[in-house]
Amino acid sequence: MSTDAVLYDHPGPRAKARNRILTVAFGVLLLALLYWIYRKFDEKGQWAAALWKPFTQSSTWTDYILPGLLHTLEAAAVAAALSLVFGVIFAVGRLSDHWWVRVPAGAVVEFFRAVPLLLMMFFIFFGVPYLTEKPMSIFWAVVIGLTLYNGSVLAEAFRAGVKSVPAGQSEAAYAIGMRKGQVMGHILIPQAARAMLPVIVSQLVVLVKDTALGYIISYNELLQLGVNNVAANFGNVVQAAIVAAIIYIAVNSLLTSFAGWLSRRTRRSGKAPRATGRGVIMGATDPGMGGGGGAV
Amino acid sequence: MDVFSDPLNREVYLTGFLWILKLTLAGGVGALLLGVLLAAMRVSPVPVLRAFGTAWVNIFRNTPLTLIIFFCYFGLFSTLGVAFSDDIDLNNFWLGVTGLAVYTAAFVCEAIRSGINTVPAGQAEAARAIGMTFRQTLTMIILPQAGRAVIAPLGSIIIALCKNATIVGTIGLMESSNAMKQLINENGDAVVPIFLVFAGTFAIVLIPTGYAFGWLANRLAVKR
Amino acid sequence: MRITRLAAALGALTMAFGVAACGGDDDSGSSGSGATGIVKKAESGKLVIGVKADQPGLGLQTGSTYTGFDVEIGKIIAKGLGLADSGIEWKTTVSANREPYIQQGQVDLVVATYTINDERKKVVNFGGPYFVAGQDLLVPTASTITGPESLAGKKVCSVSGSTPAKRIQTDYKDAKLQQFDSYSKCVTALAGGQVDAVTTDDIILAGYAAQEQYAGKFKVVGKPFSEEPYGIGLKKDDTAGCNKINDILKAAAADGSYKKAWDDTLGKSGKAAPELDATKLTNCS
Repeated sequence: MSTDAVLYDHPGPRAKARNRILTVAFGVLLLALLYWIYRKFDEKGQWAAALWKPFTQSSTWTDYILPGLLHTLEAAAVAAALSLVFGVIFAVGRLSDHWWVRVPAGAVVEFFRAVPLLLMMFFIFFGVPYLTEKPMSIFWAVVIGLTLYNGSVLAEAFRAGVKSVPAGQSEAAYAIGMRKGQVMGHILIPQAARAMLPVIVSQLVVLVKDTALGYIISYNELLQLGVNNVAANFGNVVQAAIVAAIIYIAVNSLLTSFAGWLSRRTRRSGKAPRATGRGVIMGATDPGMGGGGGAV
Repeated sequence: MDVFSDPLNREVYLTGFLWILKLTLAGGVGALLLGVLLAAMRVSPVPVLRAFGTAWVNIFRNTPLTLIIFFCYFGLFSTLGVAFSDDIDLNNFWLGVTGLAVYTAAFVCEAIRSGINTVPAGQAEAARAIGMTFRQTLTMIILPQAGRAVIAPLGSIIIALCKNATIVGTIGLMESSNAMKQLINENGDAVVPIFLVFAGTFAIVLIPTGYAFGWLANRLAVKR
Repeated sequence: MRITRLAAALGALTMAFGVAACGGDDDSGSSGSGATGIVKKAESGKLVIGVKADQPGLGLQTGSTYTGFDVEIGKIIAKGLGLADSGIEWKTTVSANREPYIQQGQVDLVVATYTINDERKKVVNFGGPYFVAGQDLLVPTASTITGPESLAGKKVCSVSGSTPAKRIQTDYKDAKLQQFDSYSKCVTALAGGQVDAVTTDDIILAGYAAQEQYAGKFKVVGKPFSEEPYGIGLKKDDTAGCNKINDILKAAAADGSYKKAWDDTLGKSGKAAPELDATKLTNCS
């Protein structure tokens, strides 16, 4: 239902007047709040030119912020690719007819969804080397942590997606003599993937944000380089954090609008299954908020 | 498990999870209240309110929680002078709760909004036809039905909130991630058992919670 | 960037295997020289040194270069091992990951405000000390805090899990402890008045006090209440490397390069160079 059109009548004169008053009152309140924030920042000298000046110098960007952003995106990209693979494998595993595949796959997915990513990354970096007696690079500790968590979330998304494909699809496929693997590979997964595209992309936003957790093992991502190291040089931690937040919001908004475009596109082409399984889909997937420990 | 036979270490572990529990409860209540309010704003007839709700969601959903918690300390407390308590831990706790609530509310808002979208248009039309106002339609017809559809996503949000509470450690609260770090620092040889105990605690609590929400959602699902 | 990281990881891996291979029977050293540990690693023309990245005056990353006293000491050691500056790969370490980095072979040496103590000696070996610091307090210029005994009821900031934080918790229970993951956050909180003092080693505090943007705002109290001998960390079994480091340090103190390292970095604040006490060097066992 299109919420804005159905929930209330087209406003008449009285409603219009009331809305106008609400608009003005809320607007004034908001502006007052913003002004108060501005004044408080001013009082504490947070607008001082010296604190912001580093961000007008190209060296600040080329030395800290851009390399940091690059490392963030790099880890996110590698982890995204691996998460998709992990997700498909474990979704298929959980849907298996054999309990000795289904149960372990389910246990893995449930475990990694429940453990905060912060603890996970810390353990992969400091603990796993004790087990393998091989050093673990920071980059891979971050990527593996992100993959295990986001891959598990995606596995649940895929599983819900497969379940949302109408039963007639697989019945028809079996009827024309396809084998289990073929039904999964040719019929169910493609449709499920299309249905779950928006969820997949929004999980990518989570992935980008979660790279920030790499700070715990001092991965040189945007927060480490762009906030911590910039602040160590210029003493402007608040300003640096504001700049970093703007960058994150820009990157993630880009990804989110890409998700929106993608879901509109798939809907238009009519190839995605109808919303029969909607409840299932929504229930099973992470709301895109990260796992926090993930979430950042 | 020798590490946990030392009562001092057990205390570190317990304190850590006690903070997580408190953060989850307080943050959850804050996030739910704020989220419902934001959702109401996002579907309201007043454009400014709608814009505000949208801006909130877009800003907070796209910023890493680490940064939001950071701003709670260095922006809200340090610069704006909002202090909750004179006690350092308590103050950091409430700053953390604020950050968690503000961040999680954005997700709660979106979950409720998509829940509202699952209610057939005919319901709202019928309500209006019998003369209900916007507020009546929303609170008596739409939200009770949407609420059922929202249980499952809300469950995931609360679980994520619980895990996210570990991030409040960045402003110095000795919650479970800091507690684990401390124990590992002091008992370098016992990394694996320490991790398993901490991760296990989360798993033992959160996996059944997830199933419970799933069961509840199924039971309450609106049959159409 | 990608390639360097991979190369570093591979380098660290081969290094780990190299050491493992040598650990069993030393005479089977494949490179022929019979040397092990860092001495052998230096022969390959490359050395990975872990330093701090966010401590002005000691180890500060500015762009892709690192500057500070620790960094200069690292260069002296590398030079003594026959390496050019270009053969050093600097790696950022934080307090929490120094031991694992050494144990796992991610770095060959750690010169990162690394206090020598018995606990750490169990897992790593130390050359040095090249400097003796002491825990002190950084306070606003007008502050009435005169030492750790006047901390009762005051808010003190330090890095979570660090030795200074621990000492405040155990020895000065009346102080209220705020912990962050970096000292720059503590110093920001001090500048904003949310905490009354920042505590860690005096030399680190001096680095912050001397920074341009805080000029005249802070002072170091100057009453150290602990002794923190800074060592150079390396693998536990690398006794030869440790002895070599101590020889290099002695030579550096004699030929003036140690003093120059100080004068070029922390000495800029006007503080006279310390004496390197050759009699206090570790016995490397």
